[in-house]
Amino acid sequence: MIGTKRTPIYEEHQAAKAKLIDFGGWEMPVQYAGVIAEHHAVRNKAGLFDTSHMGEIDVRGKDALAFVQMLITNDASKLHDGKILYSPMCYPTGGIVDDSLVYRYDTEHFFIVVNASNADKDYAWMLEQAKNFEVTVDNVSDQYVQLALQGPLAETILQRITQVDLSKIIYYTFTHGEVDGVPCLISRTGYTGEDGFEVYCAPEFGRQLWRKILEIGASDGVQPIGLGARDTLRFEARLPLYGNELGAEITPLEAGIGFFVKLDKEDFVGKAALQLQKEQGVPRKLVGLEMVGRGIARSHYPLQKDGEEIGFVTSGSFSPTLNKNIALGLIRSDLAVQGDVLDVMIRDKAVQAKIIPSLFYKRG
Amino acid sequence: MNPVELKYNKEHEYAGVNGNIVTFGITNHAQESLGDVVFVELPDEGATVTAGKSYGTVESVKAVSDIMASVSGKVVEVNTQVLDAPDLLNSDPYGEGWLIKVEADDLSPLETMMSADEYEAFVATEEH
Repeated sequence: MIGTKRTPIYEEHQAAKAKLIDFGGWEMPVQYAGVIAEHHAVRNKAGLFDTSHMGEIDVRGKDALAFVQMLITNDASKLHDGKILYSPMCYPTGGIVDDSLVYRYDTEHFFIVVNASNADKDYAWMLEQAKNFEVTVDNVSDQYVQLALQGPLAETILQRITQVDLSKIIYYTFTHGEVDGVPCLISRTGYTGEDGFEVYCAPEFGRQLWRKILEIGASDGVQPIGLGARDTLRFEARLPLYGNELGAEITPLEAGIGFFVKLDKEDFVGKAALQLQKEQGVPRKLVGLEMVGRGIARSHYPLQKDGEEIGFVTSGSFSPTLNKNIALGLIRSDLAVQGDVLDVMIRDKAVQAKIIPSLFYKRG
Repeated sequence: MNPVELKYNKEHEYAGVNGNIVTFGITNHAQESLGDVVFVELPDEGATVTAGKSYGTVESVKAVSDIMASVSGKVVEVNTQVLDAPDLLNSDPYGEGWLIKVEADDLSPLETMMSADEYEAFVATEEH
Protein backbone atom coordinates (compact mmCIF):
# COMPACT_ATOMS: atom_id res chain seq x y z
CA MET A 1 0.00 0.00 0.00
CA ILE A 2 2.21 2.76 -1.31
CA GLY A 3 1.36 6.26 -0.16
CA THR A 4 -0.92 5.18 2.67
CA LYS A 5 -0.36 6.73 6.06
CA ARG A 6 0.06 4.84 9.31
CA THR A 7 -0.75 5.96 12.82
CA PRO A 8 1.90 5.83 15.59
CA ILE A 9 0.05 2.74 16.91
CA TYR A 10 0.53 0.79 13.65
CA GLU A 11 3.15 -1.65 15.01
CA GLU A 12 0.75 -2.66 17.77
CA HIS A 13 -1.94 -3.52 15.22
CA GLN A 14 0.55 -5.53 13.25
CA ALA A 15 1.76 -7.37 16.36
CA ALA A 16 -1.86 -8.16 17.27
CA LYS A 17 -2.32 -9.66 13.77
CA ALA A 18 -5.13 -7.26 12.96
CA LYS A 19 -6.52 -7.38 9.45
CA LEU A 20 -5.46 -4.09 7.86
CA ILE A 21 -7.27 -2.13 5.17
CA ASP A 22 -6.97 1.19 3.41
CA PHE A 23 -9.37 3.71 4.95
CA GLY A 24 -9.33 7.24 3.55
CA GLY A 25 -5.63 6.94 2.75
CA TRP A 26 -4.75 5.31 6.08
CA GLU A 27 -3.67 1.74 6.67
CA MET A 28 -5.98 0.87 9.55
CA PRO A 29 -7.10 -2.24 11.46
CA VAL A 30 -10.56 -3.38 10.30
CA GLN A 31 -10.73 -6.24 12.81
CA TYR A 32 -8.71 -8.14 15.40
CA ALA A 33 -10.76 -10.96 16.96
CA GLY A 34 -13.73 -10.51 14.61
CA VAL A 35 -16.26 -7.75 14.03
CA ILE A 36 -19.12 -9.33 15.98
CA ALA A 37 -17.04 -10.29 19.03
CA GLU A 38 -15.52 -6.80 19.09
CA HIS A 39 -18.95 -5.20 18.76
CA HIS A 40 -20.29 -7.13 21.76
CA ALA A 41 -17.16 -6.34 23.78
CA VAL A 42 -17.88 -2.61 23.44
CA ARG A 43 -21.59 -2.95 24.21
CA ASN A 44 -21.02 -5.18 27.26
CA LYS A 45 -17.54 -4.37 28.59
CA ALA A 46 -15.08 -2.03 26.91
CA GLY A 47 -13.06 -1.68 23.74
CA LEU A 48 -10.04 0.37 22.71
CA PHE A 49 -9.90 2.11 19.32
CA ASP A 50 -6.96 3.74 17.59
CA THR A 51 -8.57 6.85 16.12
CA SER A 52 -5.31 8.69 15.50
CA HIS A 53 -6.21 9.02 11.84
CA MET A 54 -8.84 11.63 12.75
CA GLY A 55 -7.98 15.23 11.83
CA GLU A 56 -7.39 17.92 14.45
CA ILE A 57 -7.49 21.59 13.59
CA ASP A 58 -6.56 24.34 16.01
CA VAL A 59 -8.21 27.76 15.78
CA ARG A 60 -6.73 30.63 17.77
CA GLY A 61 -7.08 34.39 17.82
CA LYS A 62 -9.18 37.34 18.81
CA ASP A 63 -11.93 36.39 16.33
CA ALA A 64 -11.89 32.64 17.07
CA LEU A 65 -15.47 32.54 18.35
CA ALA A 66 -16.81 34.70 15.52
CA PHE A 67 -14.99 32.53 12.97
CA VAL A 68 -16.29 29.28 14.44
CA GLN A 69 -19.81 30.74 14.51
CA MET A 70 -19.53 31.49 10.79
CA LEU A 71 -18.06 28.06 10.05
CA ILE A 72 -20.45 25.71 11.86
CA THR A 73 -24.22 25.36 11.99
CA ASN A 74 -24.44 24.77 15.75
CA ASP A 75 -24.12 27.62 18.25
CA ALA A 76 -20.69 27.83 19.93
CA SER A 77 -21.55 31.09 21.72
CA LYS A 78 -23.68 29.23 24.25
CA LEU A 79 -20.86 26.80 24.96
CA HIS A 80 -18.93 27.13 28.22
CA ASP A 81 -15.15 26.81 28.24
CA GLY A 82 -14.23 23.12 28.54
CA LYS A 83 -17.34 21.99 26.68
CA ILE A 84 -17.69 20.23 23.36
CA LEU A 85 -20.21 20.68 20.58
CA TYR A 86 -21.12 18.32 17.76
CA SER A 87 -21.71 20.27 14.57
CA PRO A 88 -21.86 19.98 10.80
CA MET A 89 -20.04 22.53 8.64
CA CYS A 90 -21.92 23.40 5.47
CA TYR A 91 -21.33 24.80 2.01
CA PRO A 92 -23.40 27.84 0.95
CA THR A 93 -25.73 25.28 -0.74
CA GLY A 94 -26.51 23.71 2.64
CA GLY A 95 -24.64 20.53 1.66
CA ILE A 96 -22.23 19.21 4.26
CA VAL A 97 -18.46 19.81 4.17
CA ASP A 98 -17.96 17.55 7.18
CA ASP A 99 -19.21 16.89 10.68
CA SER A 100 -17.00 17.71 13.62
CA LEU A 101 -16.49 17.96 17.34
CA VAL A 102 -15.74 21.52 18.44
CA TYR A 103 -13.81 21.79 21.70
CA ARG A 104 -13.97 25.22 23.33
CA TYR A 105 -10.89 26.13 25.38
CA ASP A 106 -12.09 29.74 25.52
CA THR A 107 -13.50 32.34 23.13
CA GLU A 108 -10.05 32.73 21.54
CA HIS A 109 -9.13 29.06 21.20
CA PHE A 110 -11.08 26.18 19.67
CA PHE A 111 -9.91 22.68 18.78
CA ILE A 112 -11.88 21.02 15.99
CA VAL A 113 -11.81 17.28 15.35
CA VAL A 114 -12.81 16.17 11.84
CA ASN A 115 -12.99 13.00 9.77
CA ALA A 116 -9.69 11.49 8.62
CA SER A 117 -10.67 11.29 4.97
CA ASN A 118 -11.82 14.93 4.97
CA ALA A 119 -9.06 16.50 7.06
CA ASP A 120 -7.13 18.12 4.17
CA LYS A 121 -10.32 19.32 2.47
CA ASP A 122 -11.66 20.70 5.76
CA TYR A 123 -8.42 22.49 6.53
CA ALA A 124 -8.40 24.15 3.09
CA TRP A 125 -12.07 25.08 3.55
CA MET A 126 -11.41 26.62 6.95
CA LEU A 127 -8.42 28.62 5.67
CA GLU A 128 -10.65 29.99 2.91
CA GLN A 129 -13.37 30.98 5.39
CA ALA A 130 -10.82 32.49 7.81
CA LYS A 131 -9.71 35.24 5.43
CA ASN A 132 -11.84 37.97 6.99
CA PHE A 133 -11.16 36.98 10.57
CA GLU A 134 -8.29 37.64 12.93
CA VAL A 135 -7.51 33.98 13.53
CA THR A 136 -4.80 31.44 12.83
CA VAL A 137 -5.97 28.03 11.66
CA ASP A 138 -3.49 25.16 11.99
CA ASN A 139 -3.77 21.56 10.90
CA VAL A 140 -2.27 19.83 13.94
CA SER A 141 -3.40 16.31 13.01
CA ASP A 142 0.16 14.92 13.11
CA GLN A 143 0.70 16.18 16.65
CA TYR A 144 -1.84 13.86 18.23
CA VAL A 145 -2.48 10.25 18.90
CA GLN A 146 -6.16 9.75 19.65
CA LEU A 147 -7.35 6.65 21.51
CA ALA A 148 -11.00 5.95 22.28
CA LEU A 149 -11.93 3.72 25.21
CA GLN A 150 -15.63 2.92 24.88
CA GLY A 151 -18.09 0.78 26.76
CA PRO A 152 -19.80 0.51 30.15
CA LEU A 153 -16.49 -0.31 31.91
CA ALA A 154 -14.51 2.52 30.26
CA GLU A 155 -14.51 4.81 33.30
CA THR A 156 -13.60 2.05 35.76
CA ILE A 157 -10.67 0.94 33.63
CA LEU A 158 -9.28 4.37 32.76
CA GLN A 159 -9.60 5.59 36.36
CA ARG A 160 -6.91 3.06 37.38
CA ILE A 161 -4.20 5.00 35.57
CA THR A 162 -5.17 8.61 36.18
CA GLN A 163 -5.52 10.96 39.16
CA VAL A 164 -8.11 12.97 37.26
CA ASP A 165 -11.55 12.29 38.73
CA LEU A 166 -13.23 10.93 35.63
CA SER A 167 -16.69 10.96 37.21
CA LYS A 168 -16.46 14.78 37.12
CA ILE A 169 -16.00 14.82 33.35
CA ILE A 170 -19.58 14.89 32.17
CA TYR A 171 -20.71 13.91 28.67
CA TYR A 172 -19.36 16.27 25.99
CA THR A 173 -16.84 18.02 28.23
CA PHE A 174 -13.05 17.75 28.41
CA THR A 175 -10.13 18.40 30.70
CA HIS A 176 -6.36 18.00 30.77
CA GLY A 177 -4.45 15.62 32.98
CA GLU A 178 -1.99 12.77 33.10
CA VAL A 179 -2.95 9.25 32.10
CA ASP A 180 -0.24 6.73 33.00
CA GLY A 181 2.03 9.75 33.51
CA VAL A 182 1.41 11.01 29.98
CA PRO A 183 -0.03 14.52 29.52
CA CYS A 184 -3.42 14.13 27.81
CA LEU A 185 -6.58 15.87 26.75
CA ILE A 186 -9.39 13.68 28.08
CA SER A 187 -12.91 14.07 26.72
CA ARG A 188 -16.06 12.17 27.48
CA THR A 189 -17.11 11.58 23.90
CA GLY A 190 -17.29 8.72 21.44
CA TYR A 191 -18.78 7.22 18.32
CA THR A 192 -20.32 3.98 19.55
CA GLY A 193 -23.51 4.81 21.43
CA GLU A 194 -21.78 3.79 24.68
CA ASP A 195 -20.24 5.78 27.49
CA GLY A 196 -16.53 6.35 27.06
CA PHE A 197 -13.56 8.62 26.64
CA GLU A 198 -11.39 9.93 23.87
CA VAL A 199 -7.84 10.60 24.97
CA TYR A 200 -5.40 12.74 22.98
CA CYS A 201 -1.65 12.69 23.59
CA ALA A 202 1.65 13.37 21.83
CA PRO A 203 2.52 10.70 19.20
CA GLU A 204 5.59 9.44 21.06
CA PHE A 205 3.45 8.28 24.00
CA GLY A 206 0.80 6.60 21.90
CA ARG A 207 2.04 3.03 21.98
CA GLN A 208 2.75 3.17 25.73
CA LEU A 209 -0.81 4.31 26.43
CA TRP A 210 -2.33 1.78 24.02
CA ARG A 211 -0.51 -1.11 25.68
CA LYS A 212 -1.17 0.14 29.20
CA ILE A 213 -4.94 0.41 28.70
CA LEU A 214 -5.15 -3.08 27.19
CA GLU A 215 -3.03 -4.43 30.05
CA ILE A 216 -4.94 -2.87 32.94
CA GLY A 217 -8.30 -3.64 31.32
CA ALA A 218 -7.51 -7.22 30.35
CA SER A 219 -9.21 -8.74 33.41
CA ASP A 220 -12.36 -6.73 32.55
CA GLY A 221 -12.39 -8.05 29.01
CA VAL A 222 -11.19 -4.90 27.24
CA GLN A 223 -10.01 -5.62 23.72
CA PRO A 224 -8.76 -3.69 20.68
CA ILE A 225 -11.54 -2.80 18.23
CA GLY A 226 -11.20 -2.28 14.49
CA LEU A 227 -13.04 -0.10 12.02
CA GLY A 228 -15.50 -2.90 11.21
CA ALA A 229 -17.09 -2.85 14.66
CA ARG A 230 -16.67 0.93 14.87
CA ASP A 231 -19.02 1.11 11.89
CA THR A 232 -21.64 -1.34 13.20
CA LEU A 233 -21.58 0.35 16.63
CA ARG A 234 -22.05 3.86 15.30
CA PHE A 235 -24.67 2.68 12.81
CA GLU A 236 -26.88 1.04 15.47
CA ALA A 237 -26.76 4.27 17.47
CA ARG A 238 -27.69 6.27 14.33
CA LEU A 239 -24.47 8.26 14.48
CA PRO A 240 -24.00 9.51 10.91
CA LEU A 241 -20.91 8.81 8.82
CA TYR A 242 -19.59 11.19 6.19
CA GLY A 243 -19.81 9.54 2.78
CA ASN A 244 -22.86 7.55 3.94
CA GLU A 245 -25.50 9.63 5.73
CA LEU A 246 -23.62 12.90 5.17
CA GLY A 247 -22.19 14.47 2.04
CA ALA A 248 -21.91 17.58 -0.12
CA GLU A 249 -25.25 16.71 -1.75
CA ILE A 250 -27.08 16.09 1.53
CA THR A 251 -28.13 18.80 3.99
CA PRO A 252 -28.12 18.30 7.77
CA LEU A 253 -31.91 18.78 7.76
CA GLU A 254 -32.29 15.81 5.41
CA ALA A 255 -29.75 13.71 7.31
CA GLY A 256 -31.75 13.95 10.53
CA ILE A 257 -29.24 16.16 12.34
CA GLY A 258 -31.30 19.35 12.09
CA PHE A 259 -31.06 19.66 15.87
CA PHE A 260 -27.47 20.78 15.33
CA VAL A 261 -28.49 23.56 12.92
CA LYS A 262 -29.33 26.73 14.82
CA LEU A 263 -31.16 28.95 12.38
CA ASP A 264 -31.78 31.52 15.13
CA LYS A 265 -28.09 32.37 15.55
CA GLU A 266 -26.18 34.99 13.51
CA ASP A 267 -25.16 34.28 9.92
CA PHE A 268 -23.18 31.17 9.06
CA VAL A 269 -22.18 29.45 5.84
CA GLY A 270 -25.24 27.69 4.43
CA LYS A 271 -27.78 29.49 6.63
CA ALA A 272 -29.83 31.03 3.79
CA ALA A 273 -30.09 27.72 1.92
CA LEU A 274 -31.02 25.77 5.05
CA GLN A 275 -33.56 28.42 6.09
CA LEU A 276 -35.17 28.17 2.65
CA GLN A 277 -35.18 24.38 2.72
CA LYS A 278 -36.84 24.42 6.11
CA GLU A 279 -39.53 26.85 4.91
CA GLN A 280 -40.21 24.95 1.70
CA GLY A 281 -40.12 21.54 3.33
CA VAL A 282 -37.21 19.12 3.45
CA PRO A 283 -37.37 16.98 0.28
CA ARG A 284 -35.72 13.86 1.70
CA LYS A 285 -35.63 12.22 5.08
CA LEU A 286 -33.38 9.65 6.73
CA VAL A 287 -35.37 6.61 7.85
CA GLY A 288 -34.62 3.36 9.61
CA LEU A 289 -35.31 0.14 7.71
CA GLU A 290 -35.71 -3.42 8.83
CA MET A 291 -35.45 -6.13 6.21
CA VAL A 292 -38.67 -8.08 5.76
CA GLY A 293 -37.33 -10.27 2.94
CA ARG A 294 -34.03 -12.13 3.07
CA GLY A 295 -31.02 -9.94 2.38
CA ILE A 296 -28.76 -7.21 3.66
CA ALA A 297 -29.24 -3.67 2.38
CA ARG A 298 -25.85 -2.12 1.69
CA SER A 299 -24.75 1.48 1.22
CA HIS A 300 -25.92 2.99 -2.11
CA TYR A 301 -28.42 0.23 -2.98
CA PRO A 302 -31.48 1.91 -4.59
CA LEU A 303 -34.78 2.08 -2.72
CA GLN A 304 -38.02 1.75 -4.68
CA LYS A 305 -41.75 2.02 -4.08
CA ASP A 306 -44.06 0.47 -6.68
CA GLY A 307 -41.15 0.24 -9.11
CA GLU A 308 -40.22 3.91 -8.79
CA GLU A 309 -36.89 4.98 -7.30
CA ILE A 310 -37.49 6.99 -4.11
CA GLY A 311 -34.04 7.08 -2.53
CA PHE A 312 -31.05 5.00 -1.55
CA VAL A 313 -29.51 3.11 1.35
CA THR A 314 -26.91 5.18 3.24
CA SER A 315 -25.72 2.41 5.61
CA GLY A 316 -26.87 -1.15 6.05
CA SER A 317 -25.64 -4.15 7.94
CA PHE A 318 -26.38 -7.11 10.07
CA SER A 319 -26.90 -5.61 13.53
CA PRO A 320 -25.03 -7.69 16.11
CA THR A 321 -26.97 -6.17 19.03
CA LEU A 322 -30.44 -6.60 17.50
CA ASN A 323 -29.56 -9.77 15.59
CA LYS A 324 -31.42 -8.39 12.54
CA ASN A 325 -30.58 -6.94 9.15
CA ILE A 326 -31.24 -3.21 9.31
CA ALA A 327 -30.40 -0.11 7.32
CA LEU A 328 -30.61 3.66 7.13
CA GLY A 329 -32.03 5.12 3.95
CA LEU A 330 -32.51 8.60 2.53
CA ILE A 331 -35.93 8.71 0.87
CA ARG A 332 -38.59 11.14 -0.34
CA SER A 333 -40.10 12.82 2.73
CA ASP A 334 -43.69 12.21 1.65
CA LEU A 335 -43.03 8.46 1.65
CA ALA A 336 -41.21 8.37 4.99
CA VAL A 337 -44.10 6.79 6.88
CA GLN A 338 -43.31 4.41 9.72
CA GLY A 339 -44.63 0.91 9.14
CA ASP A 340 -44.74 1.31 5.35
CA VAL A 341 -42.98 -1.28 3.24
CA LEU A 342 -40.61 -0.45 0.39
CA ASP A 343 -38.20 -2.36 -1.83
CA VAL A 344 -34.44 -2.51 -1.46
CA MET A 345 -32.87 -3.32 -4.84
CA ILE A 346 -30.28 -5.98 -4.02
CA ARG A 347 -28.39 -6.90 -7.19
CA ASP A 348 -31.45 -5.99 -9.31
CA LYS A 349 -33.80 -8.00 -7.12
CA ALA A 350 -36.50 -6.24 -5.06
CA VAL A 351 -36.38 -7.28 -1.40
CA GLN A 352 -38.94 -5.84 1.01
CA ALA A 353 -38.02 -3.68 3.99
CA LYS A 354 -40.18 -1.92 6.55
CA ILE A 355 -39.71 1.67 7.76
CA ILE A 356 -38.95 1.66 11.49
CA PRO A 357 -37.58 4.25 13.98
CA SER A 358 -33.97 4.93 13.02
CA LEU A 359 -32.50 4.98 16.51
CA PHE A 360 -31.93 1.23 16.53
CA TYR A 361 -30.00 1.13 19.78
CA LYS A 362 -29.97 3.32 22.86
CA ARG A 363 -27.95 2.36 25.88
CA GLY A 364 -30.02 1.48 28.92
CA MET B 1 -6.35 -28.67 7.30
CA ASN B 2 -7.96 -28.74 3.85
CA PRO B 3 -9.47 -32.21 3.29
CA VAL B 4 -7.47 -34.17 0.68
CA GLU B 5 -10.60 -35.71 -0.87
CA LEU B 6 -11.85 -32.28 -2.04
CA LYS B 7 -10.97 -30.18 -5.10
CA TYR B 8 -10.31 -26.44 -4.84
CA ASN B 9 -10.52 -23.37 -7.08
CA LYS B 10 -8.82 -19.96 -7.03
CA GLU B 11 -12.02 -18.38 -5.65
CA HIS B 12 -11.37 -20.34 -2.43
CA GLU B 13 -14.26 -22.70 -2.93
CA TYR B 14 -14.26 -26.46 -2.77
CA ALA B 15 -16.05 -29.28 -4.57
CA GLY B 16 -16.58 -32.73 -3.07
CA VAL B 17 -17.43 -35.53 -5.49
CA ASN B 18 -19.60 -38.55 -4.75
CA GLY B 19 -20.58 -40.31 -7.96
CA ASN B 20 -22.11 -37.58 -10.10
CA ILE B 21 -23.19 -35.51 -7.06
CA VAL B 22 -20.89 -32.56 -6.29
CA THR B 23 -21.01 -30.69 -2.98
CA PHE B 24 -20.05 -26.99 -3.05
CA GLY B 25 -18.71 -24.92 -0.18
CA ILE B 26 -16.17 -22.24 0.72
CA THR B 27 -12.75 -23.05 2.15
CA ASN B 28 -11.41 -22.39 5.60
CA HIS B 29 -9.15 -19.73 4.13
CA ALA B 30 -12.20 -18.06 2.54
CA GLN B 31 -14.12 -17.91 5.80
CA GLU B 32 -11.05 -16.55 7.60
CA SER B 33 -10.61 -13.73 5.12
CA LEU B 34 -14.33 -12.94 5.02
CA GLY B 35 -14.72 -12.78 8.78
CA ASP B 36 -18.08 -13.35 10.49
CA VAL B 37 -20.51 -14.67 7.87
CA VAL B 38 -23.95 -13.14 8.51
CA PHE B 39 -25.94 -13.96 5.37
CA VAL B 40 -26.04 -16.68 2.72
CA GLU B 41 -28.18 -16.71 -0.40
CA LEU B 42 -28.53 -20.02 -2.25
CA PRO B 43 -30.60 -21.24 -5.21
CA ASP B 44 -33.68 -23.37 -4.60
CA GLU B 45 -33.68 -27.12 -4.98
CA GLY B 46 -34.33 -27.99 -8.60
CA ALA B 47 -32.66 -24.84 -9.96
CA THR B 48 -29.80 -25.22 -12.42
CA VAL B 49 -26.32 -23.81 -11.95
CA THR B 50 -23.64 -23.19 -14.56
CA ALA B 51 -19.93 -23.92 -14.17
CA GLY B 52 -17.94 -20.74 -13.63
CA LYS B 53 -21.08 -18.68 -12.94
CA SER B 54 -22.35 -17.27 -9.67
CA TYR B 55 -25.01 -19.36 -7.93
CA GLY B 56 -25.40 -17.26 -4.78
CA THR B 57 -23.72 -14.94 -2.33
CA VAL B 58 -21.98 -15.15 1.01
CA GLU B 59 -21.96 -11.95 3.04
CA SER B 60 -19.85 -11.07 6.05
CA VAL B 61 -20.46 -7.97 8.15
CA LYS B 62 -18.43 -5.90 5.71
CA ALA B 63 -18.25 -7.78 2.42
CA VAL B 64 -20.45 -9.38 -0.22
CA SER B 65 -18.90 -12.31 -2.17
CA ASP B 66 -20.31 -14.20 -5.12
CA ILE B 67 -19.97 -17.96 -4.99
CA MET B 68 -19.15 -19.79 -8.24
CA ALA B 69 -20.35 -23.17 -9.42
CA SER B 70 -17.58 -25.68 -10.15
CA VAL B 71 -19.77 -27.78 -12.45
CA SER B 72 -23.04 -27.32 -14.31
CA GLY B 73 -26.11 -29.22 -13.25
CA LYS B 74 -29.28 -29.37 -11.20
CA VAL B 75 -29.40 -28.48 -7.50
CA VAL B 76 -30.52 -31.63 -5.70
CA GLU B 77 -30.03 -30.50 -2.12
CA VAL B 78 -29.67 -27.13 -0.35
CA ASN B 79 -28.18 -26.80 3.11
CA THR B 80 -31.08 -24.83 4.59
CA GLN B 81 -29.36 -24.91 7.97
CA VAL B 82 -26.78 -22.33 6.84
CA LEU B 83 -29.57 -19.97 5.76
CA ASP B 84 -30.61 -19.65 9.39
CA ALA B 85 -27.15 -20.12 10.91
CA PRO B 86 -24.65 -18.59 8.46
CA ASP B 87 -21.92 -18.75 11.13
CA LEU B 88 -21.66 -22.48 10.33
CA LEU B 89 -19.51 -21.36 7.40
CA ASN B 90 -17.04 -19.97 9.94
CA SER B 91 -17.16 -22.78 12.46
CA ASP B 92 -17.32 -25.80 10.13
CA PRO B 93 -16.78 -24.86 6.46
CA TYR B 94 -16.04 -28.45 5.33
CA GLY B 95 -18.72 -30.06 7.48
CA GLU B 96 -22.01 -28.49 8.51
CA GLY B 97 -21.16 -25.36 6.54
CA TRP B 98 -21.50 -26.95 3.08
CA LEU B 99 -23.78 -25.03 0.70
CA ILE B 100 -25.46 -27.05 -2.08
CA LYS B 101 -25.31 -30.43 -3.81
CA VAL B 102 -25.46 -30.51 -7.59
CA GLU B 103 -26.16 -33.39 -9.93
CA ALA B 104 -23.40 -32.73 -12.44
CA ASP B 105 -24.05 -32.78 -16.19
CA ASP B 106 -20.35 -33.27 -16.73
CA LEU B 107 -17.57 -33.81 -14.17
CA SER B 108 -14.71 -32.71 -16.44
CA PRO B 109 -14.46 -29.10 -15.08
CA LEU B 110 -13.23 -30.67 -11.83
CA GLU B 111 -10.07 -31.85 -13.60
CA THR B 112 -8.75 -28.29 -13.78
CA MET B 113 -9.28 -27.73 -10.03
CA MET B 114 -6.49 -27.96 -7.46
CA SER B 115 -5.70 -30.73 -5.00
CA ALA B 116 -5.44 -29.85 -1.29
CA ASP B 117 -1.63 -29.57 -1.58
CA GLU B 118 -1.81 -27.40 -4.68
CA TYR B 119 -4.44 -25.21 -3.02
CA GLU B 120 -2.33 -24.71 0.10
CA ALA B 121 0.60 -23.65 -2.10
CA PHE B 122 -1.72 -21.27 -3.95
CA VAL B 123 -2.92 -19.69 -0.69
CA ALA B 124 0.69 -19.26 0.44
CA THR B 125 1.65 -17.43 -2.78
CA GLU B 126 -1.47 -15.23 -2.58
CA GLU B 127 -0.54 -14.05 0.88
CA HIS B 128 2.73 -12.55 -0.39
